[in-house]
Amino acid sequence: MTLAVAVAAALFVGVVAYALFGGADFGSGFYDLTAGGARTGAALRTLIDHSIGPVWEANHVWLIYVLVMWWTGFPESFATAMSTLILPMLFALAGIVLRGAAFAFRKYAETLSQARLFGAVFAGSSLIAPFFFGTVAGAIASGRVPADGTGDRIGSWVNPTSLFGGLIAVGTCAFLAGCFLCADAERTGQPRLAGQLRTRTLGVGVATGVLVFVALVPLRRDAPTLTEGLETQAAPLIVLSGIAGVATLVLVYLRRFAVARVSALVAVAAVISGWGVAQYPWLLVDEVTINDAAGADTTLRALLVTVALAVVLVVPAMAYLFRLTQTDAWSRNDA
Amino acid sequence: MPVTDVVIQVLAAEPAGLLPARQQMALSLGWHIILACFGVAFPAVIFTMHLIGIRRDDSDALALARKWGKVSAVLFAIGAVSGTVLSFEMGLLWPGLMGTYGDVLGLPFAFEGLAFFLEAIFLGIYLYGWDRMPPKRHLLMVLPMAVTGVVGTYCVVAVNAWMNVPVGFDIVDGAVTNVRPWDVLFSSAAFWQFLHMWVAAYMVVGFMIASVYAVGMLRGRRDRRHRLGFDVAFAFASVSAVVQPFVGHLLGGRIADAQPAKLAAFELALETESPSPLRLGGVLIDDTVRWAVDIPYLGSLIARNSFTAPVEGLESFPREDWPPVNLTHLSFQTMVGIGTLLAAAVVVYWLARWRGHDLVERRWFLRFVAVSGVLAIVAMEAGWIATEVGRQPWVVYNILRTSDAAGDNPGLWWMLAATVVVYTGMTIGAIVVLRSMARRWRKGDADLPSPYGPEEALVTTESAAGPGEGTGERR
Repeated sequence: MTLAVAVAAALFVGVVAYALFGGADFGSGFYDLTAGGARTGAALRTLIDHSIGPVWEANHVWLIYVLVMWWTGFPESFATAMSTLILPMLFALAGIVLRGAAFAFRKYAETLSQARLFGAVFAGSSLIAPFFFGTVAGAIASGRVPADGTGDRIGSWVNPTSLFGGLIAVGTCAFLAGCFLCADAERTGQPRLAGQLRTRTLGVGVATGVLVFVALVPLRRDAPTLTEGLETQAAPLIVLSGIAGVATLVLVYLRRFAVARVSALVAVAAVISGWGVAQYPWLLVDEVTINDAAGADTTLRALLVTVALAVVLVVPAMAYLFRLTQTDAWSRNDA
Repeated sequence: MPVTDVVIQVLAAEPAGLLPARQQMALSLGWHIILACFGVAFPAVIFTMHLIGIRRDDSDALALARKWGKVSAVLFAIGAVSGTVLSFEMGLLWPGLMGTYGDVLGLPFAFEGLAFFLEAIFLGIYLYGWDRMPPKRHLLMVLPMAVTGVVGTYCVVAVNAWMNVPVGFDIVDGAVTNVRPWDVLFSSAAFWQFLHMWVAAYMVVGFMIASVYAVGMLRGRRDRRHRLGFDVAFAFASVSAVVQPFVGHLLGGRIADAQPAKLAAFELALETESPSPLRLGGVLIDDTVRWAVDIPYLGSLIARNSFTAPVEGLESFPREDWPPVNLTHLSFQTMVGIGTLLAAAVVVYWLARWRGHDLVERRWFLRFVAVSGVLAIVAMEAGWIATEVGRQPWVVYNILRTSDAAGDNPGLWWMLAATVVVYTGMTIGAIVVLRSMARRWRKGDADLPSPYGPEEALVTTESAAGPGEGTGERR
């Protein structure tokens, strides 16, 4: 394994972590949006508030990690991707900004009408961000970001792979969030709410699964390199993802929410990793490989030092935060 | 020479993405830096208040720490997202910088990312840990945030210091080689610049909080909590305001060597004079300095620590390497002027207090403190304008011109327009929410539950005549 591949792998771990944890936070926007009127949706919205409140900022930092690793490790590809994909990047960014701000504002909003406004912005923008990140992934995976210069600023992300990528991203985020929220509702002693969420999570899961299979048809023509990778080197991961996805549906159906969270994480992690493995050794598919895109070796080595530090410092702290949020004391709804 | 010709020539040579990128960067950085100050300094202020509360079993202090925690939740959230905007903008606006130098300047950003990670994690633990953790352990959760504030500031400023004093690479035949990322992270230019910004963050936060309580006292709310809130915040403001002129002076002393053209613009020095005067105010019009007040010797003394050493004048530099002189000069002097005023004010306060007079009893002093927060922000923004505009036309000093770093996308104007709208909305949202929080605290509400109170909502769903019609107010 070359230095560049090691850094790319570390970067991709960030992509997976962001998809899982940032994704679950974004996905809760779907349930918030569909929770109903201010009164019928109150319990669910409070649950969402409570569930992502302590963790969303930490989970958001994975995005920063990915961006920094990308521009430091593979600077030229970062510049071309950013200038080619400026529109979806900006839309995703707008989603992130509005989501974060509106979430914080809603938590401390004084009146119901303010909370409604901020809540609508929060929920809507929570879906915008993953959709456009999905189109970005599709653009890279279908070979539409050139190695240098600027590609087609519209066609690069308005194409079958990108659009399916966006929809699947929204679906997987919502599915993950559903599993987490079901478990949270059950743990906080709200079985009726857990029941409501269970139905929706199953619906989202089935819809996303169907979407993935439908997407395979246009993907063959639109992203041949990716498809080939998915059918060969990444096939085990895709199969694993399928099995874990079905298992999650079954577990949610059986109301084994706590376990379903784990299998849902496995399913999403496997499919995202599958994308990464399928397009290996390309960084920008059909344009530039990981090794060719890499910056200076000294910098790559330094980046691996920061990654090691992150493993030592950030992972235990993050685990502590996650563990706290699952304890009884933190499950109370009174703050 | 007709000015319009020059303008047309300059505009024609500029890439389409340059001017909007500059405006965009100025707006988003200028907005974010205020919140970044709170991210850096607010945890230490909250920690102090919380510590007082625990040590002295002081319920007022604990209540204030809890409130400040909630305020910080709002500020950190919009700080986090506006910081993310900057990450995107690095690539969206400056492909020429990031594509070529991304692997040179990136390492400090990676460390900053680490710091931000830890800050976000411990923020979550601290904010949601009230009443849910043993009090002492809960208090300790603030400390990592104060530390990551130091590391984060250092790292981000190290990148800016690198733009001012580029190190850690060689250019051979036009290609960047021999990249030494650790040299960038530990550049000698970074330390003083970091210290200047770090202290500035404490000034901004200290004076901002003090001014909130000064306004409260001016409106007759002279209870103990107001006094305590004022005292703790003003203590931070005092230390940082007194230290800052020295830090600034030491940092400024390096500019004569590192960036002489910037110093010339700071000092509005057209010709190299020995000794150089300190030129107060004034603007450069048609290569003549007008309306300036010159104080002899002081320029050399302050900028060079000498009675004779000259400040190299702008005329020693080719005109295409001049920064926009007036903006740089006036911003620099605004910063220095306000900084000096704030330092003098805190000295007056503490001298008076030492002599047994409490200036908080005086309305004129409270009125001054009431505007000191805004003044501190203006000083910090002016400082950033001075150093950033003063580095022009370079984005990487003497290496890469800003015009070569920008892209050719004229659509960036749309991005700027959208950013203005979104940031205006966010500013209004933050002000509305923070003010409503303060209002409810004054009424005696402590917890500020979200409007979707669960028990209440569940009760109302069951007993409501018709769902969907809100009662407007929560209570």
